[in-house]
Amino acid sequence: MLDFTQQLISGVALGCVYGLIALGFVLIYKATEVVNFAQGEIMMLGAFMSVTFVTTLGLNYWLSFLLCVIAMAILGAIMERLVLRPILGYPQFSIVMATIGLGLVIRALVGIIWGTDDLRIETPFTDGVFTIGKLVIAWDALSIIIATVLLCAALYAFFRYTRIGIAMQATSQNMLAAYYMGIPVKRMFSLIWSLSAMVACAAGILLAPITLIHANLGFLGIKAFPAAVLGGFGSIPGAVAGGITIGIVESLSGFYLPEGFKDVAAYVVLLAVLLWKPQGLFGLNAAKKV
Amino acid sequence: MAHHVRTGYGDSDPLFLSKAAVFWYAVLLAGLIAAPYVIEPYYLSQLVFIMIYAIVGVALNILSGQAGQVSIGHAAFLAIGAYFTAVAQKHGVPLVLYLPLAGVFTGIAGYLVGLPALRLHGIYLAIATLAFAFIVEEIIARWESVTHGNEGLMLPPPSLFGWKLGTEGFYYLCLLVTVLVILAAINIIRSSTGRSFMAIRDSETAARSMGIDTASYKTTAFALSAGITGIAGALYAHKMSFISPEMFSLAVSIDFVMIIIIGGLVSLRGAVFGAIFMIMADPLLIILKDKVPVWTDAMMHGLFLPDTVTQAVQAGVLRVVNAPGLKSLIFGIIIIVFIIYEPMGLDGRWQRVKAYFKQFPLARQRSARPPRMFLKSERR
Repeated sequence: MLDFTQQLISGVALGCVYGLIALGFVLIYKATEVVNFAQGEIMMLGAFMSVTFVTTLGLNYWLSFLLCVIAMAILGAIMERLVLRPILGYPQFSIVMATIGLGLVIRALVGIIWGTDDLRIETPFTDGVFTIGKLVIAWDALSIIIATVLLCAALYAFFRYTRIGIAMQATSQNMLAAYYMGIPVKRMFSLIWSLSAMVACAAGILLAPITLIHANLGFLGIKAFPAAVLGGFGSIPGAVAGGITIGIVESLSGFYLPEGFKDVAAYVVLLAVLLWKPQGLFGLNAAKKV
Repeated sequence: MAHHVRTGYGDSDPLFLSKAAVFWYAVLLAGLIAAPYVIEPYYLSQLVFIMIYAIVGVALNILSGQAGQVSIGHAAFLAIGAYFTAVAQKHGVPLVLYLPLAGVFTGIAGYLVGLPALRLHGIYLAIATLAFAFIVEEIIARWESVTHGNEGLMLPPPSLFGWKLGTEGFYYLCLLVTVLVILAAINIIRSSTGRSFMAIRDSETAARSMGIDTASYKTTAFALSAGITGIAGALYAHKMSFISPEMFSLAVSIDFVMIIIIGGLVSLRGAVFGAIFMIMADPLLIILKDKVPVWTDAMMHGLFLPDTVTQAVQAGVLRVVNAPGLKSLIFGIIIIVFIIYEPMGLDGRWQRVKAYFKQFPLARQRSARPPRMFLKSERR
């Protein structure tokens, strides 16, 4: 039972990271109907940037966190403007490939700038543990869970109460109607990309103490697809719930099932969900118009 | 762009557009048959790779270009074909039997993957094929009694009716298979099956209301595409003579999609152009790796800048040129640039160049410009 709870908690922590990456997918998909295959690489870029700020420049962790998020917001908008804006309205296939290309470029640039060694940063959470009875919870795992909750609350408030947030919601519900109402739809797209890059960056920095920062971190983004699909690809709470589910499944299957299942558990769940309930657990039933 | 003028049902989609086309294809075929006696072994080997990639390109063209279904997991089908070949050859099955069987076996796998495709479209399908590719890669790595896991499998050289196929023999085998696959693909595309694929690509709802059984045609497209890729996998296994799970990773799947993105989604010719581009990119990059520092040296000397600047630039150039991820950087940029500036691919460019010379003084840029596209929402 203790093992189970322990695995459950580490699964939830990992799942929160998947959830945050999935959140980035969902934000972009909801607003622009583009699936960003480079989300994992954007997260990786955020993590590497934190290395520069914390280790190379020796800044305070919290200040670095803030600077990274701001820098990624700007980069996210630039990516949207340079790569995605010109191909707005192209077939889904071309757009998917363009984001894959973007991911390749980011991964290669990260390799060129930061090298291919494993890096790590010192965070206030490193090596600290927190015990309840016999249960041991690492501070870094706990920090991810708390940060996810805070981030979700902030996003909820943003979409509910701010003018820009409501404009973004309008854009994602009906682009044309939003445009007629005077919402600058193109600028909203850039903002959505910024927002999603910020969330991904936060996920990357939170993940940094658990896994080392390396050039293959971006592949975690692919594992966040099952999370997003499980959550229905259009629902923000769904993405986080899906992420946590995937995290728990992965963690438990790594513990109880033979070696090898851990790596594919997420994809097996994904295929099962797609076969059984393709609109996801929280999804809207959206039929395509002619 | 110049269009083929149709004057009757008979020539609505002929195998060859004109007598001139027949002549030029015959010349090309004669050249390819003569190739082993003319070109160096290295380029012959590259030609074999081009043909294998072209077969995969044709497979993806049927699936994505004609039927409009996305797959970013085609390396899995290549792997299934390759491992089927390795195992069949070990059990003494002759080549004439296992080569088509590799196609059939992989086709069945493709049919099974196609089943979820009935209910999915667009991105969901892309993600499902991606998940399938990961699962196949993992199964191959773990099923050690058959696949030898990560150690990989060695394949003896292929033999046909008791003769060992040498380099040239294998080249002719590949050439034969490629020509047959392309002919088969052309015939599928101009048959009613191909027309149904196109109808599904252009509008699924409209296709369904015209009485097309979209479900069965979508799975057919998947099975066909997978089967052709499986045959390519059989040839690939023999070409490499060693296979292991990491040869069929996500990067390979992305390379395959690049074939049709760069070549152009519309025509089979695009698949061949894309294959040539993808295979020749490697030797070209290696040459550039050597040449670029030399060129920058020459350029810096011409500019008479202070020594420190020259050295800094040279060091920077060397660092970029020797960077481990340079190839994926360039490929990533190529994907993006092609999608933005050349959405019709190399084949579209080829058509435009041809049209320019055909209409010579009358050709205008504007007539070749693709129509503007607008964002269409997939939601209600």
